Amino acid sequence: MERPMANGKPATAPARQKRTERARKSASRKARAPERLSADADAIDLLPPAFAKWFAERGWVPRDHQMALLEKARSRTSTLLIAPTGAGKTLAGFLPSLVELSGRDRCAIKGAGLHTLYVSPLKALSVDVARNLEAPIREMGLKITCETRTGDTSVARRARQRSKPPDILLTTPEQIALLLAHPDAPYLFGDVRTVILDELHAISGSKRGDLLSLDLARLRSLAPELMTIGLSATVARPSELRAYLVAQDQPDDMTLLSDKVVAAPGADPEIAILEVDEPVPWSGHSALYAMTAIYQAIKRHALTLVFVNTRMQAELIFQELWRVNEDGLRIALHHGSLDMAQRRKVENAMAAGTLDAVVATSTLDLGIDWGDVDLVINVGAPKGSSRLLQRIGRANHRLDEPSRAILVPGNRFEVLECRAALDAAHAGVQDVALSRRGGLDVLAQHILGMACQAPFAADVLYAEVRRASPYASLTRATFERVVEFVATGGYALKAYERFAKLRPESDGRLRVANGRIAQAYRMNAGTIVESPMIKVRLIGRKRAAMSSRDGGGALMGGRVLGEVEEYFVEQLTPGQAFVFAGEVLRFEGLKETEAYVSRAAASDPIVPSYAGGKFPLSTHLAERVRIMLQDRHAWAHLPLPVSEWLSLQDQRSAIPSPEEVLVETFPRSGSFHMVVYPFEGRLAHQTLGMLLTRRLERAGALPMGFVANDYGLSIWARGDIPAMIKAGRLPLEVLFEEDMLGDDLEAWLAESSLMKRTFRHCAVIAGLIERRHPGKEKTGRQVTMSTDLVYDVLMTHDPGHILIEAARADAASGLLDIGRLGDFLRRIRGAILHMDLDRVSPLSVPILLEIGREPVGHMGREDLLREAAEDLIAEAAGTIAAGSGGEIGVDDDDTAGAQAAGEK
Amino acid sequence: MLQLKPERLGHNDFREQNVAVCGKSFIADVSGALYWPSEKALIVTDLHLEKGSSFAAKGQLLPPYDTRETLIQLAKVIDRFGAKTVIALGDSFHDRDAAERMPEPERERLRIMQEACEWIWVTGNHDPEIADRMGGYVVGDIKVEGITLRHEPRGAWTTHEIAGHLHPAAKIVREGYALRRPCFIGNGLRLVMPAFGAYAGGLNVLDEAFEPLFGREGFAVWMLGQEGLYPIATRMLKAD
Repeated sequence: MERPMANGKPATAPARQKRTERARKSASRKARAPERLSADADAIDLLPPAFAKWFAERGWVPRDHQMALLEKARSRTSTLLIAPTGAGKTLAGFLPSLVELSGRDRCAIKGAGLHTLYVSPLKALSVDVARNLEAPIREMGLKITCETRTGDTSVARRARQRSKPPDILLTTPEQIALLLAHPDAPYLFGDVRTVILDELHAISGSKRGDLLSLDLARLRSLAPELMTIGLSATVARPSELRAYLVAQDQPDDMTLLSDKVVAAPGADPEIAILEVDEPVPWSGHSALYAMTAIYQAIKRHALTLVFVNTRMQAELIFQELWRVNEDGLRIALHHGSLDMAQRRKVENAMAAGTLDAVVATSTLDLGIDWGDVDLVINVGAPKGSSRLLQRIGRANHRLDEPSRAILVPGNRFEVLECRAALDAAHAGVQDVALSRRGGLDVLAQHILGMACQAPFAADVLYAEVRRASPYASLTRATFERVVEFVATGGYALKAYERFAKLRPESDGRLRVANGRIAQAYRMNAGTIVESPMIKVRLIGRKRAAMSSRDGGGALMGGRVLGEVEEYFVEQLTPGQAFVFAGEVLRFEGLKETEAYVSRAAASDPIVPSYAGGKFPLSTHLAERVRIMLQDRHAWAHLPLPVSEWLSLQDQRSAIPSPEEVLVETFPRSGSFHMVVYPFEGRLAHQTLGMLLTRRLERAGALPMGFVANDYGLSIWARGDIPAMIKAGRLPLEVLFEEDMLGDDLEAWLAESSLMKRTFRHCAVIAGLIERRHPGKEKTGRQVTMSTDLVYDVLMTHDPGHILIEAARADAASGLLDIGRLGDFLRRIRGAILHMDLDRVSPLSVPILLEIGREPVGHMGREDLLREAAEDLIAEAAGTIAAGSGGEIGVDDDDTAGAQAAGEK
Repeated sequence: MLQLKPERLGHNDFREQNVAVCGKSFIADVSGALYWPSEKALIVTDLHLEKGSSFAAKGQLLPPYDTRETLIQLAKVIDRFGAKTVIALGDSFHDRDAAERMPEPERERLRIMQEACEWIWVTGNHDPEIADRMGGYVVGDIKVEGITLRHEPRGAWTTHEIAGHLHPAAKIVREGYALRRPCFIGNGLRLVMPAFGAYAGGLNVLDEAFEPLFGREGFAVWMLGQEGLYPIATRMLKAD
């Protein structure tokens, strides 16, 4: 494997030195056979001569798990393969199909001849796998065709793939849904023998997983011979994935599981927590204190991946690394909102070996081979041991060599979390992903799709849907309600019978009412509902200066740098600087759906507020952190400032035992704080904060706001909470009673913006609201009718509607983490440790320093409006003396003056 | 120098706002309606009745309760002010067939209100004709005490006018929250009212459609909240 040299720029001295080192490394790798030898006589039996020869020519022997999978396939048994990264998982998945196709009798083909479907969560992964598959097919001289189909595939090619498909089609769950909704689906899929589901752990348990499970159920009906092969990284609960792979057609309670093959684990990873002389900061997640050490580590390795949890962190760290980049190392940036072309450029450069480091978010988490990464640095807390193992797996895609990784905690709490994650990684422990029921919004979309394919009988479709494991417990009554929703909206007020989308045929089967419905389905299929994104365009300084003179008229043209979330742009005012696409940019203005920026001159970028990682701390890691916290012997292994911090906490307040929850109260600058440390993750803490402040409000404690992070939350109030607790007017056992998840939660949900957002997602997926399509939106002026209006009306007049039910289920499991909060409240019954302090405790400092505070309870938003109005009134009152009144027409009897102003 | 740093204002201070149009006093209400005390008249605009079923006819099955919700809210605000006359400034019905589709219970609700009040339908672009059986008195524009009430506001420098049609909405960002709400927009000489209908939606007042009416500044907006109507400084307004 020869690495191409860097194009253009002459390499600096250290870079050149590194390259020699690299050449040496890759040479040594080449010499070692990448596949382990295993002498198995059966191998000859299972492998056709061409295959055996191909392996032999490379000095390889197939791995045990590859052979095991071939054997399962011979008996047509659906199987889950669990293998660590770098174990030849993908080849193992395709081997049975390649073997079968190499000996296929073309006369036996009844339909279109499509033999194998490969489904992955990422478009890029399909493209990458297709590329890797071409080599063995070509080298063995097999007559097997293999193509990808994604949203990017041309219309002509897609049409051709429907009538004359390849032997192997590599695609995404959304494309399969679209193909299945087409009238010729039975012809197209009739010959399918094998479905390979790659990175199954990343799809199942999400709405995309729900959709794919329903599609699998339909595929099994069209191709009864069908066998599935699931490929997964190590997971804590393989049973859920195994159930996902097979039809659940047994009477009620019986769950069927696929077979399982587990590959031998690779070498243990070498993981360390970064040690630096600088003290670890109190709060924040960006680890700026460690930048020099990170840079030094990059310098010592050939290709380093620096993983962070959010885009903002990625931007910031990229910026900081270049600030200290004295050797001109080639450091690149990769995250989801960068322009596609730019991301591809970085990926290709990685593959070509012309980069030294890439700063990336979870966009690079999944298993794409983009070069020989020899070090992974995880900045900020890893939030879960499975995520950490997955990321570490990116280093050194060779099974027999240990992966090397460095964890860089961003603050003191994260030191504890990194230590816990490290222990978990060594123990090989995985987080448990919670099982979920299939979404009803997804089911609605699927039912419409199936009606677009052909008229269906409710009995038959119901039976088919229940064979998908996420829907195995779906009741007939709920199914009927979803069908009713698809047909007429499913409202208690039967108003839309005459606009029904599904109509019964004479035999009772349901068909779509007209052709427009199928067209609308195709436009709206899929389960990914993005928050509205805004394009960022870079314009020159000159044009920017012009636009500020003419009030924005010159905002046009410019290169697209990528996209950012709408809410982020809303917070910017022209002239503010922010970091994006690795540059410091000056926001010039917003025009239609595009944000215009120029290169900023300011040396200090304004990085916008950033509230914690995107991923909440996993339950399993949280438990480890709790245990480590009270294990005073373990403190010795922590960096000195951290162990000192914990000792101080021990003296001034208390260290809770793993079973207890610590609640501290203390006065601070005129208000009273109550700090709670559940260690249950930010989402659960936010929900707890909302509910506790409601209760405190009722108790008359006058709460003003709260702030939450992954470890705890702090509520501040005008009322003297410690005195109330002491006087028995606010018993903590009552305050933390589990019944807060009843009425309080209901009342809060009904008015929360979070519920409205969740409802919007469900409404789009279920097809109630049409998606906004790029290019189709905002022509001229447009009256915006938001789904919030629909939600408000539905909540008032039909609160039991199926979409409200679906949104509630989503909110409870996802954004609110109700399940976890419930477990917590049960766990701490009778185990609340209250410390009444006279000042701030050491442990509370990181929480108090957290950005992103929530205004209190249900009055929050109304308060903002009131404050804005009060600002105006204060201003108006102040300006009366200055003599420029009358700007607002409040109670204005001086019409003469106003008229004069108007006529100028 | 007058120093008036207001104390925190109470809940009820924002429930209603007095608004003047060319010397006449009106009360703008949190519901989006406008009350004219000297006429005992309640003015509302853009009810867009049966918008939900209009979408349903085109394949988007939005909840059908919008007419019910709009009429219930209307009845409440009529009662609150004890209005004797109701003037609906056009686009009361979302399309020509809306009256046909309106469910019987909602027609009944409307009839009951019409028994208690004199009812005036001003026509709009969505409802250029209004069927007799919808009751009330159907007019184009109507001039009362020198103030013209019409659906679509006239061009620049028009005064003495109260209109609807544009569905004004305002957006502000505070503490990271973006709030977008329907609003009244006026300059003391003319006023454009927010849409009253449950599904009506809004158009940002910074949209160019408002510029000929009010210029770039020198106008006032009152945003509708849950509990009050809030005057907001023009410099705080954000485009969409």
